[in-house]
Amino acid sequence: MSRAFHLYRKGVNVVMFSLAGLCAFTTVSVLFYILGFLVWKGAGAINWDFFTQLPKPVGEAGGGMANAIVGSFKLVVLATAIGVPVGFVTGVYLAEFGGRRYPALIRYIADLLNGVPSIVIGIFAYALVVVPMRRFSTLAGGLALSLMIIPVTIRTTEQFLRAVPDSLREAALALGASKWRMVATVVIPASLHAVLTGTLLGVARVAGETAPLLFTSFNNRFWSTGWDQPTASLPVMIFTYAIAPYEDWHRQAWAAGLVLLMAMLALNVTAHRILSMKMARRSGR
Amino acid sequence: MQTLRLWLRNRNPADVMAHAVTLLFASTVLLVTALLVYELYVSSAASRQEFGWTFLLSRDWDPVQDKFGALPFIYGTVVTSVLALLMAAPVGVGAAIFLAELAPPKISDTLTFVVELLAAVPSVIYGLLAIFTLVPWLRETVQPFLQERFGYLPVFQGPMYGVGILAASMILAIMILPFIVSISREALLAVPAEQREAALAVGATRWEAAWQVVTPYAGLGIAGSVFLALARALGETMAVTMVIGNAPKISASLFESGYSIAAVIANEFTEATGDMHLSALVQLGLVLFGLTIVMNAIARLMLAATSRKGSPQ
Amino acid sequence: MPVRGLITTIFIALLSLILAPAAPAQLLINGAGATFPYPVYAKWFDEYHKRDRQIQFNYQSIGSGGGIRQLQAGTVDFGATDSPMTDEQIAKAGGAVLHFPTVLGAVVPVYNVAGVRQELNFTAEALAGIFLGKITRWNDPELAKANPGAALPSAGIVVVHRSDGSGTTFVWTDYLSKVSPEWKAKAGANTSVSWPVGLGAKGNEGVAGLVKQTPNSIGYVELVYALQNKIPYGRVRNAAGVFVRPELKSVTAAGSSAEMPADFRVSITNAPGKDAYPISSFTWLLVPTKFQDARKKKAITEFLRWMLSEGQKLAEPLGYAPLPKGVVALELKAIAKIQ
Repeated sequence: MSRAFHLYRKGVNVVMFSLAGLCAFTTVSVLFYILGFLVWKGAGAINWDFFTQLPKPVGEAGGGMANAIVGSFKLVVLATAIGVPVGFVTGVYLAEFGGRRYPALIRYIADLLNGVPSIVIGIFAYALVVVPMRRFSTLAGGLALSLMIIPVTIRTTEQFLRAVPDSLREAALALGASKWRMVATVVIPASLHAVLTGTLLGVARVAGETAPLLFTSFNNRFWSTGWDQPTASLPVMIFTYAIAPYEDWHRQAWAAGLVLLMAMLALNVTAHRILSMKMARRSGR
Repeated sequence: MQTLRLWLRNRNPADVMAHAVTLLFASTVLLVTALLVYELYVSSAASRQEFGWTFLLSRDWDPVQDKFGALPFIYGTVVTSVLALLMAAPVGVGAAIFLAELAPPKISDTLTFVVELLAAVPSVIYGLLAIFTLVPWLRETVQPFLQERFGYLPVFQGPMYGVGILAASMILAIMILPFIVSISREALLAVPAEQREAALAVGATRWEAAWQVVTPYAGLGIAGSVFLALARALGETMAVTMVIGNAPKISASLFESGYSIAAVIANEFTEATGDMHLSALVQLGLVLFGLTIVMNAIARLMLAATSRKGSPQ
Repeated sequence: MPVRGLITTIFIALLSLILAPAAPAQLLINGAGATFPYPVYAKWFDEYHKRDRQIQFNYQSIGSGGGIRQLQAGTVDFGATDSPMTDEQIAKAGGAVLHFPTVLGAVVPVYNVAGVRQELNFTAEALAGIFLGKITRWNDPELAKANPGAALPSAGIVVVHRSDGSGTTFVWTDYLSKVSPEWKAKAGANTSVSWPVGLGAKGNEGVAGLVKQTPNSIGYVELVYALQNKIPYGRVRNAAGVFVRPELKSVTAAGSSAEMPADFRVSITNAPGKDAYPISSFTWLLVPTKFQDARKKKAITEFLRWMLSEGQKLAEPLGYAPLPKGVVALELKAIAKIQ
C-alpha cells in the first residue's frame, strides 16, 4: 500500500471521528440550549407569587400557577397509585409465574399500549370516564396518565426481576420456601430499587404529558378540590399561555416550563443515581 | 371436583393464589387495551359506515356539510415524520457511532446520560421553544435563504410564514434524536467484540472498523431504532400543533402549513358539534393507532433479529 | 441531611394539600365556550367570586363550538357562544336551553403590515376577496382605492383564521355571506367552515398571537383582543356605504337596530343605519332550563341578575358594549323560566 493512501485513510479517520463527535456534541448541546433558554426567559418570572397565587383574569398582570402545580401533583399521584401496582404485579407475573404463551401475549399487549399515541389515550379516557360521569375531572386525567405508566412499569419490573440471579431463587427453594414466599421475600426485595426506578421513570414520562389532559382534566381557574372536578395542570397551562398573545402569559409560560423541566430532570437524575448506586453496591460485594 | 383436588394435591394453595392474583392483574392490562380498541372502533362506527375506505383517500374536511376525509392529515403526519427522520437519522447514527465506538468510556457514559435526559423533555416545552425561537428563525433567516438559492424547487416556493410543515419537521427531528442515538448506541454495543477486534487486527483504522464492520452488523438494530423513532414522531401532538399552521391542505411546498392527525384531534375534539364530526375524529385516531402499531411491529422485528444475530453461535 | 428534610417537608405539605377535604360550602360551577367574550367573563367571574367567596365559576374559553358541544354532553353546567344554537343543537342538548345575551361586541379585521400603522379601510368586497383567496397582495386595487394615503406594500397577504369551532368565525362568515354571494356559496356561515386559504390558530387568543407574529398577515378577532394587544385594526364599510370604526358607539348602534325575538337568537351583522358597525354581534350564555342541583340554580340565577345590573358597568372599560335597556328587561323576565 502506498504511503499516500495510508495517510488518506488516517485523514478520513480523523475527519469522520470529528464529524461523528460533532453529531454527538450537537445532540447534547440541544439540552443545554433548552435549559439555558428556559432559565433566561423563565427565571425572572419565578417568584413567590408564581408558586402561591392563582391565575388572574386576562389582561391583568401578575398571578401565578399555584393551582396548576398542585393539580399536576395530584394527577401524577393518582396515576402512580393506579398504574404502578398494576404494572408491578403484572411484571411479577411475567417474570415469575407465567408459562410461555400467555405472558408473550401480555408482553405484546403492554408494548402495544406503550405505543398508543397519547392523544388517543385521551379519547379513550374521555369516552370511558368523562362522558358517563358527565364532567371533566382529575380522576379522568389521572386514569389516562396511569394507562401510560403501566407499560413502563411492567417493562422495568420484569427486566429487574429477571436480573436477580437464579442462585438466590434456588437457595430459597432449597431452604423449603414455597414459590410465592420465595418471590415475595427474596426476589422482590432484591430488586426493590427496580420498582423505585420504574416508578420514577413512569412519573417522569407522564408528568409532562399534555395531550391526554386536554379532554379529561380540562382546566380550572380556581383550586380544584377532591377528585371529581376539572383541574389546572402545568403542561396545559403552558400550552394555553404559549399560544395566546399576552406578554404576561408568555412570561408565566416560560416560568412554568422551567419548573416542569427541572422537575423532569430531577426525577431522571434521581432514577439514574438509584440504579448506579445499586449497581455499585452489588459489584462491591 | 375430583380433578380439581388432584390438581391441587401437588401444589401449595398459597402458590395457586399468588399465581391467580398476578394473572388477574396481567389480564387487567389485556382487558383495558382491548377495551381501548373496542371503544375506538365503536365510537368511529358512524364515520366508518358513511365513508368506508374512501375516508383514507378523500381530501375534504368540511364540518358544515359533514364530509370528512383523512388524506390531508395522513399527508401531514407522514411527511413531517419522514422529513424529521431524514434530518435526525444521520445525526443520530453519527452520534451513536461516536458514543459506542470512538469515544473514551467515561465521556461516552456521561454524554449518553445527557442524551437520555433530552428524551425526558416534555413535548409542550419543545413547542414553547419552537414558537419563540425556531419559527422566527425560519421565517427571517432560513426560509428566505432557501427560497433565494433553491427557489426553483417546488418544495421551497410560496409565502414564508415560519410556521408550517418545515417547522414541524424540524422540531420533530430534535425530539426523536435522543431515541435514535440511545437505541442505535445499544445496537452497536451489542455487536460482539470479535468483529471489531478482527477488523482492527487486519489493519483497519478505528473509523473503518466502526463504519465498515460494526455498523453494518448492527444494521438491523439501527433500522429498528429508526422505526421506533418514526412511531414516536407519528404520534407527537403538542409541539406539532403549535407550529404546523393547522390548515388541512396538501401542497408541494415545505413552507406551507399543514395538519397532522394528532393535531386536528387535539384542536377539534372538544368542540365537534356534529356526531359525524366526532366520529370522523375518532376514526382518525384509529388510523393513527394503526400506523403506530405497524411501525412498532416492524421495529420490534428488526430489534429481535439483531439480538438473535448477536447471540453466541 | 438538611436537603432531605426540606424535600420531605415539601412533599408532606403538597400531600396534605391534595388530601385535604373540600370545604363543604364552596360550590364550583363549570362553564365553557366562546373566546369572544372571555376577557369580560373572566373579569365578571373574578369580581363575583370576590363578592361571594362560596361560589366559583370556572369558565374555560375553548370556542363557541366547544361550549355547545360540552353543554350537549352535559360535562359543563353552562355554555357560552356567539353563534346561537340551532334548533337541532338545542334538541341534542336535551330540550330546553335558554340563550341569555350578555354583551355586544365587534369582530374586527386585524393586520400586521410593514410600514402601515394607520387605520385601513376595508370594503366588503375587499374582505370577501381576501378571505376567498382572490385578493392576494396588499397593494391590490380594491384595497388601494379605499386607502389613498396608505403606503401598501406589494407583499402577499397571509390570511389567519380560526382552527377551532368558533362563534367569532360564525359572526365573521355570517357577515361575509350577507355581503358576498360567492362566499356564501363557497364556504357559508358556520362556527367551522372549509377555509379557501389561510393559517389556523386556536381561539381569539391564537389568532391575535399569530397575526402579531406574522408579517403581512390579516385576521379577525374580537375588538378587545386587538385593543389589549395593541394590534392595528381597520374600519369596515357598512350597509349604508360609510367606513365605520368598530367602537362602543357603532356597536351599540348596530345592536339597537335589532328586533329582539323572544328566544334572544338574532343576528345583527350588516345592520342598517349609517352609524352601525357591520360586524357586530351579541354573545350569549347558554343556560339549561332544568337544574338538578338547587344550589347551582340559585347561584346561576343570582349571577345572571348581577350580570344584568352590576356586570354591565364592567363591560365598557373592556371594550364591550352593554346591552340595550329593552333587552335587559326582557332577560330579567326570562330568568324566571329557569327551574
